[in-house]
Amino acid sequence: MINPNSPVILSIENLTANVDDTQILNGLNLEIKAGEIHAIMGPNGSGKSTLSKVLAGHPAYTVTGGKVTYKGENLFDLEPQDRARSGVFLAFQYPLEIPGVSNLDFLRVAYNSRQKHLGLEELDVFDFDELVQAKLDIVKMNPAFLSRSVNEGFSGGEKKRNEILQMAILQPSLAILDETDSGLDIDALKIVANGVNQLSNKDNSMLVITHYQRLLDYIIPDFVHVMANGQILTSGGKELALELEAKGYDWVTEPQPVG
Amino acid sequence: MTATLTQLIPLTPPANPQLQDIRTQAAAYLQEETIPTNKNEEWRFTNLAPLLAQTFAAPNQQLPPVNINGLVIPEAPDSRLVFVNGIYAAEYSSIANLPAGVFVGNLAAATDAGLTVTNYLGKQPGGEEVFTAINTAGINDAAVVWLTKDSSYESPIQLLFIATVDDAAVAIQPRTLIVMEAGSSATLVQEYLHTSIPNHPYFSNSVTEIWLGDTAMLNHTRIQDEDITAIHIGKTAVSQSQHSSYTGNSIDLGSKLSRHNWEIFQIGAQTETNLNGLAMVNGEQESDTHSVIALTKPHGVTNQLHKCIVDDRAHAIFNGKVFVPQAAQQTNAGQLNRNLLLSPTARIDTKPQLEITADNVKCSHGATVSQLEDDEIFYLQSRGLDVETAKILLINAFAVEIIDRIPVASVREKLAVAVKAFKAS
Ligand SMILES: Nc1ncnc2c1ncn2[C@@H]1O[C@H](COP(=O)(O)OP(=O)(O)OP(=O)(O)O)[C@@H](O)[C@H]1O
Ligand SMILES: [Mg+2]
Repeated sequence: MINPNSPVILSIENLTANVDDTQILNGLNLEIKAGEIHAIMGPNGSGKSTLSKVLAGHPAYTVTGGKVTYKGENLFDLEPQDRARSGVFLAFQYPLEIPGVSNLDFLRVAYNSRQKHLGLEELDVFDFDELVQAKLDIVKMNPAFLSRSVNEGFSGGEKKRNEILQMAILQPSLAILDETDSGLDIDALKIVANGVNQLSNKDNSMLVITHYQRLLDYIIPDFVHVMANGQILTSGGKELALELEAKGYDWVTEPQPVG
Repeated sequence: MTATLTQLIPLTPPANPQLQDIRTQAAAYLQEETIPTNKNEEWRFTNLAPLLAQTFAAPNQQLPPVNINGLVIPEAPDSRLVFVNGIYAAEYSSIANLPAGVFVGNLAAATDAGLTVTNYLGKQPGGEEVFTAINTAGINDAAVVWLTKDSSYESPIQLLFIATVDDAAVAIQPRTLIVMEAGSSATLVQEYLHTSIPNHPYFSNSVTEIWLGDTAMLNHTRIQDEDITAIHIGKTAVSQSQHSSYTGNSIDLGSKLSRHNWEIFQIGAQTETNLNGLAMVNGEQESDTHSVIALTKPHGVTNQLHKCIVDDRAHAIFNGKVFVPQAAQQTNAGQLNRNLLLSPTARIDTKPQLEITADNVKCSHGATVSQLEDDEIFYLQSRGLDVETAKILLINAFAVEIIDRIPVASVREKLAVAVKAFKAS
């Protein structure tokens, strides 16, 4: 929801970033306030995942210019784990499989890292189990997935649900969902969208990357941005997504005649 | 025999005169032998120079006091046998309440109990090897576990070999004899540990002989966690009669130089062997596992998974031989060696060696070397774990596949702690 008096959670100014010496982000600007849901759409390869990984602090990406302020702090002063602990969460487009690490243990270690950072109580195995059981319902996940290794052998859709379960447990201030809808069947899409909506409130904000209007029928964005070539080209309200669905990207990404 | 070898053999006559024969035989074999060098194919990658650079005395025959709190496993309250510096420690052992058919004790007690130990002791194939012969040439006592026909023992049996040394470097030569008569079953936890002040070097030269009768079943966990300045050379020789099953879990954590010669002889048909190995080394450690599985009869099954985690400038060596001769038709043999390299200066030498002449068999083998993936570490970081915690979690994930195969909870927990303490660089 838009509230002009809300504090700014994330402010990106003229961000440029490289991967392997190739510039991918070419001067990107974006501001997100508490309570807002922003959607980013854009053609394949336009840099959406790059943006999300730069924000999360992936070591393969080098920030070459610009400024990102998260809750008043220079985001790039924080190590990736400190970004996570202070509330930045990235639901990956391709969540990793980690054989041998139990999902439940992983969730607990992650939860306790954040608790410790915030000076809050860490939970033991039993108390944490209770917390997780309650959160499972948000994504309607079978408890059997907790005793399996992180994402190992999970189907594409199960991995995405697991990402949202992590989000539910970590309660981020800024959730970046990178194509969380891809790979989900219609029912799962509703469940996941519903889960995300339950987690959304006036104090946190979401950046939802998607290719499809369909997701935005459930997670209703306050702003829609079109990204191409490492920049935000156009921004609008939720109707922009409908327009894109109808017309494709060309009318936005084609160089506009000067004058 | 070189002077280096002589000094390793105690000169006192054997406590038990029945041992004189095998001692004499071993001493005769040693006449012609020297400590192997890298020119010997079996010792190509393993540098024995540290052994030659030091002198070791025979340990004092008086039992030194030790504190075994924290070393005993709670699952084995009535089945614990303790040796300190190779000397039987009755006061730390707990064997009074064993049921009939289950013997756990030292050699003298075994002889007193009427067990024909001399039929088995020193009789395993593969005794013609320098370090085994050194152990045998000076043999005085042994830990003996003997289950008579069809008897089984539910709780694990703990064999605790403790080294405790002061300023004088000693050569300790632990010896174990396991006889599982037909139809018997047991779980064994055999540990080589130390209680002395850290960084006091010693040499531990252990030999374990295991005999499995028809349909006998043994689950054997062997943990080597000697002092970081110690040298440990160990032999485990297992003979399996038909339908028997041997599962070995070998964990190497300690010693600056360790070698485990693990030799399995499937002398009966339809025999099953599972070997699980984990070597975890860092600093300047060198750890070598040489395993041999020799099948001789049809329908044998062998599964081997050996894992090494190597950090800093440490060096792990794995050589796994599997022999499948013509007579061993219908063998199903699998071997996999997986290595995790945690530092660019860490080293792995691996050599799976399958020699198959039988034609109707299913055999697979492989070796992999991997590193911690940046993407995995980043994924964990992105959930709030610091790099060190992420690495520990990933190292544990690699190790736990072996640790989880150990059937004793307190041992698994102890190893989980060791994995946590194993600092990622
Ligand atoms: N290591 C690399 N070297 C060079 N180019 C790279 C490298 N990694 C990614 N890229 C390029 O960066 C561009 C942006 O990729 P990114 O994954 O951010 O796109 P995206 O907008 O998320 O696309 P999609 O919609 O397909 O998920 C792509 O053209 C990609 O090929
Ligand atoms: Mg993408």
